[in-house]
Order: sequence, then structure tokens, then C-alpha cells
Amino acid sequence: MFFGHSISAQELFGQLLIGLINGSFYAMLSLGLAVIFGMLNIVNFAHGALYMVGAFAAYFVLHGLGLNYWWALILSPLMVGALGAVIERTLLYRLRGLDPLYSLLLTFGLALVIQGLFQNYYGASGMPYAIPPELSGVRNLGFMYLPNYRAWVIVFSAAVCLATWFMIEKTRLGAYLRAATENPTLVRAFGVNVPRMITLIYGFGVGLAALAGVLAAPINQVRPGMGADVIAVVFAVVVIGGMGSILGSIVTGFVLGVIEGLTKVFYPEASNTVVFVIMAIVLLIKPAGLFGKVA
Amino acid sequence: MTDLSGAAARPAAAAPILAVAGLQAWYGESHILHGVDFDVRPGEVVTLLGRNGAGKTTTLKSIMGIVVKRKGSAKFSGTETVGLSSDRIARLGVAICPEERGIFASLNVRENLMLPPKITKEGGLTLERIFALFPNLEERLGSGGGKLSGGEQQMLAVARILRTGARFLMLDEPTEGLAPVIIQQIGRTIAELKREGFTILLVEQNFRFAATIADRYFVMEHGRVIDAFANSELSANMGKLHEYLGV
Repeated sequence: MFFGHSISAQELFGQLLIGLINGSFYAMLSLGLAVIFGMLNIVNFAHGALYMVGAFAAYFVLHGLGLNYWWALILSPLMVGALGAVIERTLLYRLRGLDPLYSLLLTFGLALVIQGLFQNYYGASGMPYAIPPELSGVRNLGFMYLPNYRAWVIVFSAAVCLATWFMIEKTRLGAYLRAATENPTLVRAFGVNVPRMITLIYGFGVGLAALAGVLAAPINQVRPGMGADVIAVVFAVVVIGGMGSILGSIVTGFVLGVIEGLTKVFYPEASNTVVFVIMAIVLLIKPAGLFGKVA
Repeated sequence: MTDLSGAAARPAAAAPILAVAGLQAWYGESHILHGVDFDVRPGEVVTLLGRNGAGKTTTLKSIMGIVVKRKGSAKFSGTETVGLSSDRIARLGVAICPEERGIFASLNVRENLMLPPKITKEGGLTLERIFALFPNLEERLGSGGGKLSGGEQQMLAVARILRTGARFLMLDEPTEGLAPVIIQQIGRTIAELKREGFTILLVEQNFRFAATIADRYFVMEHGRVIDAFANSELSANMGKLHEYLGV
């Protein structure tokens, strides 16, 4: 065997599953980034921090309000989405029309502040969030054991991604969004309140991040650093998929998660870098990204 | 009982639907309009003439609120539009067909056509009427907006503002760069719209085209209106016009 050890089916499928789980988070996070970038032309560095806030919101919904996981799935994205709308209205709005570097710096600073605040109050270590009882347990697929919660994460995030894609590409609301991405001035001159739409889109994008945070809470712990851990890979996913491409970010998210998982099986030393190597290769061959259009 | 129907709601037949007075506008630091004065009455086709750079397009964009930095007055149906955002102005019943046509490449023809939201409950022309005016569009509904010919783009740009319910249309050089047969079709359409009671403010370089449909002309130069006359006075003013527009 080339890699020096034989690979069991259990190991292979186990890593494939972990890859799909990670891919689910990559897809949801990069999808939010893509929506925000397409519409606002902002590279939202606060995305990871707001994903973390989403997980904390789930924790508060459970321990503060006494409402379970299912409520958190609804309430946390709404809360973080509202926070995002406030951020857009009060801060990002003022940077419109300036070099995108300013909004990049602002959101990066925001990420540090948000993460710092949570670290200050909750420390660096995590707080556990139990898997909802309806989704606990494992099922035996014959060739491997599949934890129900993980299956749920994959199915649910794929559904959310598809629904988002459908909304943007196939509905009237999505047509407004695509049109305003192309020519916001004209869309506004047709009577659409574009500034309000931009605020809502930012809220929606970070709401997706919060939703991913809720999904992640029972898998990882709820930790202030959880966003910072994942955001670098997510940005690589966005670059590989093509900035602003909706379908690109979804497909690339899942595929790269799986590639990362398989690398853990076949060549574990490279598992942390493989995404970035792919990014470098894609940038050399297709600088606009796999699904990106050349500007 | 209040009578809101028809003529009783209208103060006087000749009262302008658009009254522009002392309108000034800036692109950033550059002062483009230096006090534009003209008016448009309900049901009229009014054409702005003038050389390139005279401020015709900027006048339309200022009325629409697309050019934000502006002073003076532009009253539409009695409502002051200077200071309003363009989405608010659109909802008063003003619609623009921009010079660059503004067809969205990431939307197909149907999505482009359906994009501008209806500003009145009943809306404007039905799709059937629009397809009767522009039969080509119906055949191309599934095509991408970027795949259309120049003429088709122009028809789509006009068609999509007809179904919103806006009764005041601003058309910026609708014949620019189009083949004669398509220019004729656009001309027939504008005449038809006029018969239906639409009010149209036209910017046009193609003077012969404008002469077939306009009721009145305003001539612009250096960001001001410098002359005005009715279509009936056209031949008497031909000499002056050549002077205004000649290169």
C-alpha cells in the first residue's frame, strides 16, 4: 500500500462523514459571505464572530429563556440577523462608496471586538450544549455508525443552502437582489427601497452564519474562538468557488469539506493545508474562482 | 361625497404635471445644471433638444432623483421631488428608460420585464398589451438579458416601465444606435402611448424622429433651457434650431 497502512471502511466513511459535516458549515458560511459580497461588495470578516454569536445565542435561548434547540434554530438567526441589520445601518452604511478595504478593516475589527468581549465574559474554554433528545442516538448503516445529529446537520444545511439558492435564482425577490447587485441605482429608480434591501441582505447573510452556529453548538462546544477557527478555511472556500457566486459557494463548501476529510484518511499531514493548496492552484488557473465570472 | 374620478379631481386642464423651476444639479463637484426651467402638461410629448453635454440626460436623472445633489424645484403632480430619494419619486408615478437601457444581464427577459414593482394596485398595461406592442419580446422571454440585440434591449427597457402604472415616462434617446425599421416601431409605440394618455418627456438627438411625435420642444445649452417652441412653430424655428444643434 502506497500510504503505508491499510484503510478500513469504517475509517474511510468516518472521515467522509466528518468531511460532509465540515462541508455543511463551510457551505452555509461561505453562502452567507457570497450573498453579502454580491450585494454589498463587502468582505465580511465579522462572519466567523457572528457564527460564534449564533452558537452563544442558542446557549442563551436554552439557559436564559428555557427554550430548546428547535426554538434556537429560529430565534438565534433572527437575533443575530437583527444585530447584523444594526451593524449595517449604523456602521457599514457609512462606508458605502468607499474602497472595500475600509469595510474589510471595519468588519475585521468588529470580529476582534466581539470575540474579545465573549472571551472576557466566558473565557476561552467551551460550554457544552447537549444534542436535542429527538436527534440523539446512532443508527447502524451496516458499513458504519451514523450519529443522528450529524445526519440532521448535513440534510438540514443542504436544504437551507438549496432554499437560499432557489430564493436568489428563481424568485421575484431574488430577481431584485440580482438586479440590485448589477445596478442598484436603476433598481432604486424603479421604486425599490434598495438601502433597506441591503440592510436586510446583510441581516440575512449573518443570520445564515448564526444558523450554522446553532447547528455547530452540539457538535463542537460553544466557544468564543469557534468562529476564528473556521473562518480562514471559509474564506478559502469563497475564493475557490468564486467571490459572490451562490451556487459556487455551496458546491465548493461541501466538496472541500469532503476533500479535507479524505485527506485525513490518505495523507493526514496535509489535512490542514489541502484547502489552501487547492486555493493556490485555482487562483493560478482560474483567478476568478471555479464558478466566478471575470469582472 | 368626494368625487375622485376623472376631471373633477384635476384642478385645471392645462396645469403642468411636471413643473421644473431653477433646477440645479451636480455630479460630485462639477456643476452640470445651472437652473433649468420647463414644464410638461398631462398627455403631452415634450422633447428636450440640445448638443451633447448640454445637460439633457442630467435633467432626466435629476427629476428621477438618480442625481442626488440638486437644488431648485421639480414638482410632479404638485409634489416637490427635490430632496426625495429616487424610489420615492418612482412611487409618485415617474418612470425612466435610461440612455444605456439598463437591461440586467443576470436576469432573463421575463425577469427584466417583471422587475419594476407596480406602483398602483391596478398597474399599467397588461402583459398582453405589452406583447401586442412588442411581439419580439414574447418570443424571447426565456433568453438572458445580455443576449438581446440593441433593438430588443430598447423595447424591453420601454416595455418594463409600462406595466408599473407610472403615467409619466422619461425616455432618454430611445432611438440611439438603432436600425430605421426599429426606430419606426419605437415611434409608433410612443404615438400609441400618447393616445393612451401617457405623458412623455423625451430626450432625443434624432430631430427628425422627435418631430414626428413631439408636442413641444425645449432647447438646452450649458445646463439651461434657452429656447422653447411648439411643434406647430417648428418650421419657423428651423434656422435657429440648426444653429443650436449644429456642430
